[in-house]
Amino acid sequence: MSIVSNKKVYAFPNSPAPRRPVIFDSGICNGCNECLACQMDVLYPNQAKGAPPLIMFPDECWYCGSCVEMCPRPGAIRVNHPLMQRTIWRDKGTGKLFRL
Amino acid sequence: MSKGEVMEWPYPIRYEVEREVAVDVLVLGGGIAGCWAAISAARKGVKVAVVDKGDIVISGAGGAGCDHWLNCPNPCSPLTAEEVLEWESKSNGGYFNGLSRYIAARESYDTLLEYEKLGAKIRDTEDEFKGAAFRDEKTKFLFAYDYVNKYVFRIWGAGTQKALGFKRALYDECKRLGVEMYERVQATCLLTEGGKQGARVVGATGVNIRTGEFIVFEAQATVMCLSRPQRIWRFVSELSGFPTTRPHTCIGNGHAMAWRAGAKFALMERSSFFNTWTDAQGYPNMHCQSGDSSAHGGTVIDANGKEVPWVDGYGRVLKTLSERYQPAPGQKYTGERASDPEYMLPRITPDLPEHVRNGEFTLPFYLDWPGMPDEERRIVWNVMIPQEGKMKWNTSDPYSRAGFDPTRHQPLNYDLMTKEPMEWWREQYRRFGEMGDCGGLVTDWNLMTNVEGLFAAGDQLFASNYHSHAAATGRYVGRKAAEYVLKAREPIITRTQVADEKARVYAPIRREDGIEWKEFNAGSAMIMEKCCGAYKSEELMKIGLWALKKVEEEDVLTAYATDPHKLARTLDVIDVITVCQMIVHASLGRKASSKFLNFYRVDYRQEDPPEWDKFTIIKQENGEVKVGKLPLEFWGPLKENYDAHNKDYIGHVKE
Repeated sequence: MSIVSNKKVYAFPNSPAPRRPVIFDSGICNGCNECLACQMDVLYPNQAKGAPPLIMFPDECWYCGSCVEMCPRPGAIRVNHPLMQRTIWRDKGTGKLFRL
Repeated sequence: MSKGEVMEWPYPIRYEVEREVAVDVLVLGGGIAGCWAAISAARKGVKVAVVDKGDIVISGAGGAGCDHWLNCPNPCSPLTAEEVLEWESKSNGGYFNGLSRYIAARESYDTLLEYEKLGAKIRDTEDEFKGAAFRDEKTKFLFAYDYVNKYVFRIWGAGTQKALGFKRALYDECKRLGVEMYERVQATCLLTEGGKQGARVVGATGVNIRTGEFIVFEAQATVMCLSRPQRIWRFVSELSGFPTTRPHTCIGNGHAMAWRAGAKFALMERSSFFNTWTDAQGYPNMHCQSGDSSAHGGTVIDANGKEVPWVDGYGRVLKTLSERYQPAPGQKYTGERASDPEYMLPRITPDLPEHVRNGEFTLPFYLDWPGMPDEERRIVWNVMIPQEGKMKWNTSDPYSRAGFDPTRHQPLNYDLMTKEPMEWWREQYRRFGEMGDCGGLVTDWNLMTNVEGLFAAGDQLFASNYHSHAAATGRYVGRKAAEYVLKAREPIITRTQVADEKARVYAPIRREDGIEWKEFNAGSAMIMEKCCGAYKSEELMKIGLWALKKVEEEDVLTAYATDPHKLARTLDVIDVITVCQMIVHASLGRKASSKFLNFYRVDYRQEDPPEWDKFTIIKQENGEVKVGKLPLEFWGPLKENYDAHNKDYIGHVKE
């Protein structure tokens, strides 16, 4: 968290929700852009070479996982379940609850 | 890019730039049906192009995977091609596509074997499930649902990288055969001789959804393999991703284009309900918590570990787990999604809420993965879920990362707590159709429509079904289109039709302001929900038609898009408005209610009166809408007609 008192403020419309249907690990992603095979064209090439693509139209994602499927570097992208889609399960033995 | 910067469009802009392509067979839509159509046409030696909005290696409703292969007579099954049609015919009161279903039944096993030849996996070659009740030991095929009749295969359809999934196999074969692939191109209009509605189709136009380039395709034969409409009655602009079963690119462009060209449609008045599959708040579909779909047969328990009873099609309680995977006494076989008791799959008892209310069961319910036999748990969790379209990367992968272990963990069940179990009918969650029940093109035995040179397969056909039907009909239509090409006259494109289409396509880009695509979809969905929704009447539907026309004739003239991507979405919603009108026309044409069509008119309340046991047919002639009728089973004797049209076809199971 940064100090906010002198933070530059820009004017933006609201972001669509969910805003991050997929999450890139910039330490693993090398910006090869194979994930641009996205069925909906949600992802766009980053102008910065080697950087992960931009999530241009997050509201159009249908969570097919094609981006992950096409990615040659395991762990570089993962599907990020929106909060209302985080399912719950319990351990049969202990009854302990878990959440996606 | 940092906050506050505006990014320049990342692709070169080529608005107005026109490119011309000439081929023998033009396939619109590069999904399962489209790729198969392209492959079988190319194998006949003709020049083929496929046009798709996505990257063909993974595009379309079947791009993300496929876990079972439906309705497939084969050497392990006692069922014939005629018999496997029965459950759908009876469940739908005859409102199904016997013609395309029969083609699929005759050729789907051949198509499956061809997938294997292309390198895809269709057998348990590693003997992972040796001895399981769902395995045929000789062939190593695995079957789902009905282990006695063995006519639904479990398959390995997903994958592009390490595993060679079905779509990847098709893509590689298209490349090998020299099929020209036009990716990220949205088809916008069918071109006809003289630009006339109903005249022979001689190609199509398309626009690149990244660059805005315009492409004119000239072709002897054009094959429609686009998907079915969505977002007709409901549109949620955000949060809509999970509960859908098709990408939003599947929007009905093909329906709208073929309608404008004068093609004939059936079943457009039909709709269906899927309450978890259309709603942003809906539970992520098929996340394996209710013992249905891919997880069929799963044991559901209550908070105290008490098992919820399963019943057969006639409502009799099943005593053993193995009975969930076989027909009950009196049933010939069971069919996925069959609603007729004679064919209905075993299911969780539909009166479960009563048992909860009288205290017999304690909420909540869980799916008891750990309590399932090992091979059932493994086949569903390890094989079917990761292969089912879009489930690998949003179910098995994230669940595993979060520590989910099916041998120890029980997912909380949502469906059984919030609705009548297995009850998918709810008034306000209407959709165009899912598997096997939606409107589309009518064809002859060559899968050619009433418009010469215009063919159709897969989801483009009325009452289409999923992967195996798309693949088999695609493979069939490619053959037929190639045969047509050999006898067809030279196609001549009318330049004024191209110029008119170009003007229409680019209009939203030329404007400086106006209505954007989402508002159009929200607007048309509202009209449909209110005027052609749960309860229909002549006057209400005519008001709806008037309102849709107003949107089309006035508001669409203010449609506004700022880049090629949003232009494509805008063209999509203009097509949605067209499809909405098609639905209202068909609905006005049926002056009776029908439980099979989920169609209720308050001014004609009688359900399914015998005089209305007919298909309502719609088409346009010189811009006028014509509504007609076709008898059920208009396709005639199935076996005789199929054989007469396919004398030269050599299949693996040709009778």
